[in-house]
Amino acid sequence: MPIVEIKDLRVTFTGGGKPVPAVSGVDLEVERGETLAILGESGSGKSVTLRALMRLNPEGKSRMEGTVRVAGQDVAALGRRELRAFRGRTAAMIFQEPSLALDPVYTLGQQIAEAVMVHDGCSRNEAMARALALFERVRIPSPERRLQAYPHEMSGGMRQRAMIALALSCRPQLLLADEPTTALDATVQIQILVLVRELQREFGLAVIFVTHDIGVAVEVADRIAVMYAGRVVESGPMREVIRRPRHPYTIGLLRSRAHGALAKGARLETIPGAPPDLADLPPGCPFAPRCFLATATCATTAPGPEPVGAGHQARCLRVDATAALLPAVAEG
Amino acid sequence: MLSYVLRRLIYMIPIVVGVSLVCFVLVHLAPGDPLVSVLPPDASEALKAQMMATYGFDRPYWHQFGLWVGRALQGDLGTSIATSRPVASEVLRAVSNTLLLAAVATAIGFAFGCLFGFVAGYFHDSWIDKAASALAVVGVSVPHYWLGMVLVIVFSVELNLLPPTGAGPDGSGDWAWNWAHMRHLILPAVTMSVIPMGIIARTVRALVADILGQEFVGALRAKGLGDRGVFRHVVKNAAPTALAVMGLQLGYLLGGSILIETVFSWPGTGFLLNAAIFQRDLPLLQGTILVLALFFVFLNLAVDVLQTGLDPRIQRG
Repeated sequence: MPIVEIKDLRVTFTGGGKPVPAVSGVDLEVERGETLAILGESGSGKSVTLRALMRLNPEGKSRMEGTVRVAGQDVAALGRRELRAFRGRTAAMIFQEPSLALDPVYTLGQQIAEAVMVHDGCSRNEAMARALALFERVRIPSPERRLQAYPHEMSGGMRQRAMIALALSCRPQLLLADEPTTALDATVQIQILVLVRELQREFGLAVIFVTHDIGVAVEVADRIAVMYAGRVVESGPMREVIRRPRHPYTIGLLRSRAHGALAKGARLETIPGAPPDLADLPPGCPFAPRCFLATATCATTAPGPEPVGAGHQARCLRVDATAALLPAVAEG
Repeated sequence: MLSYVLRRLIYMIPIVVGVSLVCFVLVHLAPGDPLVSVLPPDASEALKAQMMATYGFDRPYWHQFGLWVGRALQGDLGTSIATSRPVASEVLRAVSNTLLLAAVATAIGFAFGCLFGFVAGYFHDSWIDKAASALAVVGVSVPHYWLGMVLVIVFSVELNLLPPTGAGPDGSGDWAWNWAHMRHLILPAVTMSVIPMGIIARTVRALVADILGQEFVGALRAKGLGDRGVFRHVVKNAAPTALAVMGLQLGYLLGGSILIETVFSWPGTGFLLNAAIFQRDLPLLQGTILVLALFFVFLNLAVDVLQTGLDPRIQRG
């Protein structure tokens, strides 16, 4: 049984005037020990989907529909106490900007020990010992001293390692990573990705990794789900999606990479237009206005998921047309 | 930390010199004859000259200033012209009365200000927030002497529950911790607390709303903390700023609200200053201002030290 099952997840933000459907009908599954990368640009609903897994979207200002099951538990039905026990223990999260996600006025050791004490009810000394072991595990140099440090006294890479140690402190089964490398230097990014992959194998974690960087997704993922305008437009095994993309949006993303050396004077290919206004989506395929393959039908008919390979789906009416493009994409 | 405190104490020396100079100059620049209140209008020139010499007003200003500073360093602030009592003991008594009033008022203001501010910040933009914010605006804007008089009319005149004036029964100026004296403290303290309450409520509301909007609060929930755990983090993040504001408010109130102390005839520094100004009592005026200024400087130091202890991001060595 998969550890994460999302069926027809819809998250609507109702804080402002017009309700904004940030996520409209997402289906995803993640097996134990598997890494899924959710790929998409800002506003595609990838972070909201991730937060919905821990019910972290603001309760008063958003509505969540559909089924979300994590490790057999129905997340939407959890009571307050169950939810507290679930967060941090069953699923844990690491954030994009560790300098913002850590409390500035507590030491890192205190913040990790706090989580351990809440979940395991052990003494402060035991919790600190666990924090120390974790700091060693995530390879923070001179860990005893760093436990006494405040977040602002560490570098970005060290802070993210501390954040990972915090997330793993209560031995979760599922790790949710919300663009954890976006705020870091390129060299530090690789170290963090390698660390996450290592820990994932060691702890047998399932990981959902949200990113807008295809390079990062290729580095960590077993499977990829591409999101656009609150929907998963294409999903499948990582190699399959990268080598044989069948949704025009995925094709556009892959083409717009500056892979290796871009010849001088050559223009970087981009996807024309801008992401749609979520509060005012067109009736058909939301990508149609920007799509180079769009037909009149695309503007009126919303496509369903089409199987296009083993475990590979694309939400597009023109999968036949994209199939014809395959050799060209693979070359590019 | 110790070297920081020591250094701050040394920095205080020029501040104190400047303050005493400014207060000496200001007092002597003010128009009016200091002896007018003790001499009869028809006093002879010889008597006037003799009195001037007794108080030292006949010497050059720099000499007067030197004498005054020299004595002040030994704890002698001169003699009041109006009462012929030592200024130091007069000021000390007034300061202790004002300190009591200001501390109680600040405590009340801080407690309720934090409560209102926290609730308003937590329920940001709801009707509770709007009600609490409106209350804070009223607290900051209502004229306190007017509020004081209204309270006197309601609780002293109409209901006859609390005494309207003084710091103790039979007009005694000395404080004692018993109900007979404490009854006298209630009305002025409540009146005075309205100012810091409003300001602290607004500060805490903004702080809490800001802190709750920060990403680490979501991260705290993500690691499994409940409302109580999150509350502890919010308090520790808000405390340094809230305490700094409270310290400043206490400083302002220590300056003695002249208006409130006059309305309630509270024998504090404000009351004393008021009397000293009207009687042209120069030694008393100078002494009171100097002591108040010193108080303010010490209070700022105390707040800074406390803040450094609370917020690790503030580096002082």
